[in-house]
Amino acid sequence: MIKLPEPLEDVVFNLLKASNTKLPSDVGWALEAAAGWESDQTAYSQLGAIMDNVRKAEFLSRPMCQDTGIPVFYVKGRFDSSIIGEIERGLARATKEIPLRPNTVDPLTRENYGNNLGEGMPVVHFSPTDDEFVEITVMPKGAGSENMTRLVMLNPSDGVEGVKKAITDAVLEAGGRPCPPGIVGVGIGGTSEKCISMAKEALLIPVGGDNPDPVLREIEEDVFVKLNESGLGPMGLGGRTTVLGVRVKKAACHTASLPVAVSIGCWANRRATARITSEKVEYTQGAFR
Amino acid sequence: MILNSPLDEKTVRSLNLGETVYIKGPIITGRDEMHKRALEKVRAGEDVPDEIFNSVLYHCGPIMVQRGEKWLPVAAGPTTSARMNDLEPEMIERFGIRAIIGKGGMSKKVAEAMEKYGCVYLAAVGGTAVSLAEGLGESTGSEWNDLGMAEAMWKFNAERLGPLIVAMDAGGGDLYEDVRRKLKR
Repeated sequence: MIKLPEPLEDVVFNLLKASNTKLPSDVGWALEAAAGWESDQTAYSQLGAIMDNVRKAEFLSRPMCQDTGIPVFYVKGRFDSSIIGEIERGLARATKEIPLRPNTVDPLTRENYGNNLGEGMPVVHFSPTDDEFVEITVMPKGAGSENMTRLVMLNPSDGVEGVKKAITDAVLEAGGRPCPPGIVGVGIGGTSEKCISMAKEALLIPVGGDNPDPVLREIEEDVFVKLNESGLGPMGLGGRTTVLGVRVKKAACHTASLPVAVSIGCWANRRATARITSEKVEYTQGAFR
Repeated sequence: MILNSPLDEKTVRSLNLGETVYIKGPIITGRDEMHKRALEKVRAGEDVPDEIFNSVLYHCGPIMVQRGEKWLPVAAGPTTSARMNDLEPEMIERFGIRAIIGKGGMSKKVAEAMEKYGCVYLAAVGGTAVSLAEGLGESTGSEWNDLGMAEAMWKFNAERLGPLIVAMDAGGGDLYEDVRRKLKR
């Protein structure tokens, strides 16, 4: 572990506060742009209500959505096992002080843990590297969108067209439930669990930038256009704005498999990252270069 | 248009699909666990809180904070209504629910109960939790707090909750279904 300028618990608290109260600017711009070409009156007024709410949440420093979700953590760089305790303490304190809604319950008795911790929680993905920093990212993910997650194991012969159809089907069948217009995160390939992880991680990639892989870029653009021409609209009530972006990640897979996972992010596609070196802590709600 | 709660059947039946309304007056919140408990109690002949009858029922699990004696909503947007599909027809029948506020719409069976007993579905804009909390104002009480903050039944005397879109009317009309039917795939 590198020497840190401030306790990680505080950094975790700050990340939860920032991500829940302030919409990432790429998502905000995408909403503004969508409102600019939305021609359906109901859709347009809903986009207006969303942007109003985003401004109020940031100004009042309140969670933009009451479903502050299950925060998923990504830790990258140089760290040791003490980071788990720091994350737990930061999350429990944030739940009480921001406050976040206590969302974690026992899956069967449904008893609420009260602090967003609990058996097997929080979810933390680790990627150790030899860098001289540690990076912590949090993605608070609400249940409305999480419940619409889909994994399909296609036949390899289904190809790119099959992949596109799997994505559009997942979004259109979810309808208004995951609070569109949001981001569609897609994983292609890997094993089943790797595929779902990639789909969720894709929601961390800011919208607007081009995918460096031309094949994936074509999938992103094609699915984006199809979904926005579908007519589903904000909250499934009709309109031209169904998604703000489509982000795809891929990995190698078994020669007999073609896994495709879709993780839908609601319009409140919340995220924040801190990069901690021995001197300072830097925050971003986009991505570090 | 501002609708004053409690709503009567005539008012509810006069609402048109796609209309934008605001609610002023008593509103209760209820999600999965509140629905389960209300029905278990009423089936067993036990007492349930009076406020459930003829209510405006908001599918919402708010974030609440206590300030002195008062409980205030910090964030109070709608939750996905479809989770309550199986329980809602009986709720409408037994308690005479006049309006359901939520997001994402509900099933055909719920629409049938709404048509039969006189109830509408009002769509709140998902995730607009700060604005909607303002519209609710301070809580006037709560029931079944053992269910946890999100699942408890919170009571409000709303100042001006909205905007809400009439997405399923009392005549069988369903805006979600209209959109689904016309979807371009």
